[in-house]
Amino acid sequence: MSEPLGFHYDVDGDNFTSAGQASAQVKKNLRQLGFDPEIIRKVAIAMYEGEINMVIHAGGGKAHVIVEDGYVEIILADTGPGIANIEQAMKEGFSTAPDQVRSLGFGAGMGLPNMKRYTDYMQIDSVVGEGTTITMRVNY
Amino acid sequence: MNTYIHSVSLDPEKCTGCTTCMKHCPTEAIRVRNGCAVIDPERCIDCGECIRNCPNNAKKSICNSFDEIKKFKYKVALPAPALIGQFDNLDNTDYVLQGLLDIGFDDVFEVSKAAEIVSAYTRVYLETEGIKKPVISTACPVVTRLIGLRFPFLKDNLIPLLPPMEVAASIAREEAMKKNPELKKEDIGICFISPCPAKASYAKNGFGSYKSEVDLVVSMSEVYFQLINVMKREKVPEISSQAGKIGVSWAICGGEGSALLNDKILAADGINNVISVLDQIEDGNIPPIDFVELNACPSGCVGGVLTIENPYIAKNRLHTIRRYMPVSLNGMPEDESYIPHKRFFADFPKYQPLNRLSDNIGESMRLMAQIQALRKELPGIDCGSCGAPNCRAFAEDIVRGTAHQSECIIAYKEAFKKYIENYDRGDKVESE
Repeated sequence: MSEPLGFHYDVDGDNFTSAGQASAQVKKNLRQLGFDPEIIRKVAIAMYEGEINMVIHAGGGKAHVIVEDGYVEIILADTGPGIANIEQAMKEGFSTAPDQVRSLGFGAGMGLPNMKRYTDYMQIDSVVGEGTTITMRVNY
Repeated sequence: MNTYIHSVSLDPEKCTGCTTCMKHCPTEAIRVRNGCAVIDPERCIDCGECIRNCPNNAKKSICNSFDEIKKFKYKVALPAPALIGQFDNLDNTDYVLQGLLDIGFDDVFEVSKAAEIVSAYTRVYLETEGIKKPVISTACPVVTRLIGLRFPFLKDNLIPLLPPMEVAASIAREEAMKKNPELKKEDIGICFISPCPAKASYAKNGFGSYKSEVDLVVSMSEVYFQLINVMKREKVPEISSQAGKIGVSWAICGGEGSALLNDKILAADGINNVISVLDQIEDGNIPPIDFVELNACPSGCVGGVLTIENPYIAKNRLHTIRRYMPVSLNGMPEDESYIPHKRFFADFPKYQPLNRLSDNIGESMRLMAQIQALRKELPGIDCGSCGAPNCRAFAEDIVRGTAHQSECIIAYKEAFKKYIENYDRGDKVESE
């Protein structure tokens, strides 16, 4: 059984202006592989929201996109502060984003809800003080 | 002496002398003479308010025509970010860029890409020791000219960086020469697609000793009509955008400021709001702010007079299209804190400050006393019939010798009433 195709990125938490570049790169790669545009759109949006969250809230982290048989898996892992109340974080409109980034359109509180909406499977593992890992799958 | 070439003109055939433009001009640059509006080139700041307000479409922008790109062998388009907000149902900037190639350009260099570079430089500049705060943006040419004419005290607050249009022109030309070494400098045509006439003036006049690297400035509305004929969704674009959220956001008021990731910023739009903010900064009447973004047009560049779409709709479209863009695709490397010398402008153009009556204080005081005395004689209702925007401006014109007090229609009305009264009384005396 051959190794599934994977793309791995270090998301830099100190460089806010580079946020979103990893998901842009994944979009390009999936386009080259010939995936359906709708699948690419879902993966790109889910990953974008997660990537931005990692930069804004967790000081960066690692992103992995793996093309498995029948689904694309996205794993976003950070060693940030963790999410104390996951249910609250999943509520639409709830945001802890700082003011400086709101004028760029961030902080609407739609990140996690969007990630759930655009994927077929989402799991959040988080320990306060240790970090968060989000695993998502988009079926194709 | 200001020998500034302007980009706002009047079509005398359409002008009815209605005084609307004169009343709206923020620098009182317009007078009505012989039933036709006349713009004083020394006071005009190319803000386009007269174009916006003219009910008879008599006011126009002077830009290069799109056909002029044919003069050049190698044509590079520099689209302003506001262009992206003009199209309905656009989900990918690449279609616009491909459209530009399809209508005759050989290459495209997005001004939004240069804007991200300027944002990166600005973030570095704001950390510099000893700079005068608040730092004022030099992106809007109307604002820089306004400051030179009316707020010269704030000249030192201006950020001495070249605006994105110029940075784009410079890099685009370098890249064109590199890609095509057989080309001579004069073969390359750098064409800015502009939302406003002020940028056209900027390219014609340069800035101080800095000569603009832009060859042509073409109206965004003219290019829009060329583009919608060729933009088709079926064709996959061969060119891809090199700008992110920050670059695109420069088209909206607040976008340039938000790129600084600093909450001590202020952004204002609309020429009258810009003037009131500058007044307050001059008075020292603002909280400790690091950076001030000022846009002459309502909502920012999307509100420029050469745009097609309603600025609020364009703004909404840009918010949508930028939603999942990377924050920026062009920045300085993290530890880099050096701004190349060539990205600064060296000096500020010499302007004659507007509100100074003369260079000699004694003389100015004498003139001001005359104006004040004259002002008291005038009706004070600012009707505009004399051809001046208000009675105070009329008094100034009289003292400067450019108008005569007999042009006051209200004075005529009063004199005529007295004449009629005297005439009636005269009749009764005769018949007695």
